[in-house]
Amino acid sequence: MKAAVLGLARRALRNSARKPQFLAPLVIFPTLFLALNVGGLERTTELPGFPRVDGFLDFQLAAAITQSLLLGGVAAGIAVALDIEGGFFDRLIASPIPRVAIVLGSVLAAGVIAVVQVAYFLVLGLAFGAEIKGGVVGVLAVLAIGVVAGTGFGALGVMIALRARNASTVQGIFPIVFVVLFVSSAFFPENLLSSPVDSLAAYNPLSYIAEGMRQPIAFANEAGPFLEGLAAAAGMTAVAIALSVMALRGRLRDA
Amino acid sequence: MAAIEVSALEREFKGGVRAVDGIDLEVQAGEVYGFLGPNGAGKTTTVRMLVTLLRPTAGSARVAGFDVATEPAQVRRRIGVALQEAALDPLMTGRELIQLQATLHGIAPRSVADRGDELIGRVGLSRAAERRVGTYSGGMRRRLDLAMALIHRPEVLFLDEPTTGLDPTSRLTLWEEVRRLRDEGTTVFLTTQYLEEADQLADRLGIIAAGKLVAGGTPAALKAEVGRPHLDLVLADGADLAAAREVVASFGDRRPASDGCHLSIALEHGAAEIAPVLRALDDAGFAVAELELKQPTLDDVFLEKTGEHLEGGDEPEPEPAGGPAVLG
Repeated sequence: MKAAVLGLARRALRNSARKPQFLAPLVIFPTLFLALNVGGLERTTELPGFPRVDGFLDFQLAAAITQSLLLGGVAAGIAVALDIEGGFFDRLIASPIPRVAIVLGSVLAAGVIAVVQVAYFLVLGLAFGAEIKGGVVGVLAVLAIGVVAGTGFGALGVMIALRARNASTVQGIFPIVFVVLFVSSAFFPENLLSSPVDSLAAYNPLSYIAEGMRQPIAFANEAGPFLEGLAAAAGMTAVAIALSVMALRGRLRDA
Repeated sequence: MAAIEVSALEREFKGGVRAVDGIDLEVQAGEVYGFLGPNGAGKTTTVRMLVTLLRPTAGSARVAGFDVATEPAQVRRRIGVALQEAALDPLMTGRELIQLQATLHGIAPRSVADRGDELIGRVGLSRAAERRVGTYSGGMRRRLDLAMALIHRPEVLFLDEPTTGLDPTSRLTLWEEVRRLRDEGTTVFLTTQYLEEADQLADRLGIIAAGKLVAGGTPAALKAEVGRPHLDLVLADGADLAAAREVVASFGDRRPASDGCHLSIALEHGAAEIAPVLRALDDAGFAVAELELKQPTLDDVFLEKTGEHLEGGDEPEPEPAGGPAVLG
């Protein structure tokens, strides 16, 4: 099974690299959003109750990373949906590999792409004056949470593709990604959110994932937020992979 | 030993459409079995059940000795599949796809190189192997699909309409490859809507129409079963076709005419009746512009069994509700 998972992940990565229009939106859109936020809302940091940060960019980097990783999940789902629409998926299920390998191949690729996404935003942040307060250890912490979360978002995308079976439906979840992200504390501190968004944010795993990455970037290395972020990412990933495998099995069972 | 055994196989889709309706057939190891029928007859649905992509709603099927419903993983290890639409990733090169297919069949990377090269050469794609599949022609895609289906040396190869839409040269190349596979002892289950293809390639044939197997046997036996040659006549312009039909009625069965002055008769007593038919028409005042004596073809077999020409059916096969469905 290992060889099949690696082979399918390699294919997904190679195809992503060969289709720049697939990968580019994952970083371009969050970059533009980050630029607009930082450029236009810099004074947000002066609000009473806003945590003390060196700059709004330091605070917003984690939000941009989370947004990019979510879009990575959409892209992973679209890739699987296109395989279903084009018939390549039939080739995979007519082969003797374990069914779970089909899901894991796509999910693993999403995790690898997440490394690139996280690295891109960290380099971008440093280039525009942000400072990673946690140093090298902080970078590793952000990478750890980012990769696990990216893997999970990929699994969610795959699950939706397996249920929807067409790329346009998967693309249709794009706006929902933003709604879910806006009802988290990714863009603004939870204590500055109005009700009921603040309550929703408290239960939204994206809040913990974004704050887990924000802590070493904007503040300092601290075990609590890191572990909460990692746990939220890992829990979400485990659930998403399980749901994807169930979606695949359900599809096979209904044949 | 039978490579494929099918008993009372059925597939009914949501909405009550029965695409395959109680098929029984047996394919011996090492033979090329042609599954002939028009579009929408149930060929692809049957293949999808045999390759474990679709669950039968009734009946049973064993491929390479394993039940497709209860032992699908065993079946998948032993079959090669080239489906109707060569579903290839356009972003990958031919060689990359061959390597991926080998990985999916558990073949170690170090041992796949030679086999991959051999197959790529065999289907005439050596010069295109490093090109992305998106740049391939339809014929090249089909040949690559065939090479991929053969990477693990399958016991049974399923080819679903492998030459549909191909130019004559590509079609002949694929025919050659199928013959070579038969010579090597591979069992081939080939669906086609082309009479000539079935006639040329199949050791035995099954003819399917509206989900039912209406005839089976060797092409020669099936044609012999229909037996009688038929006489095609083209009457001079303005002839009263109905009256001409009455004149020739005593010589054999009238057959459906393709146009207003075309008359076709299955001769009761063979070629010896050509002269009497012409005399009778002449006596009745009909002028014959053209005539041709035709030996039975598979289309005649199809006509005999279904009352229609093979070219007549073009209803698409129903898609499973909610998209393709597969076995676990």
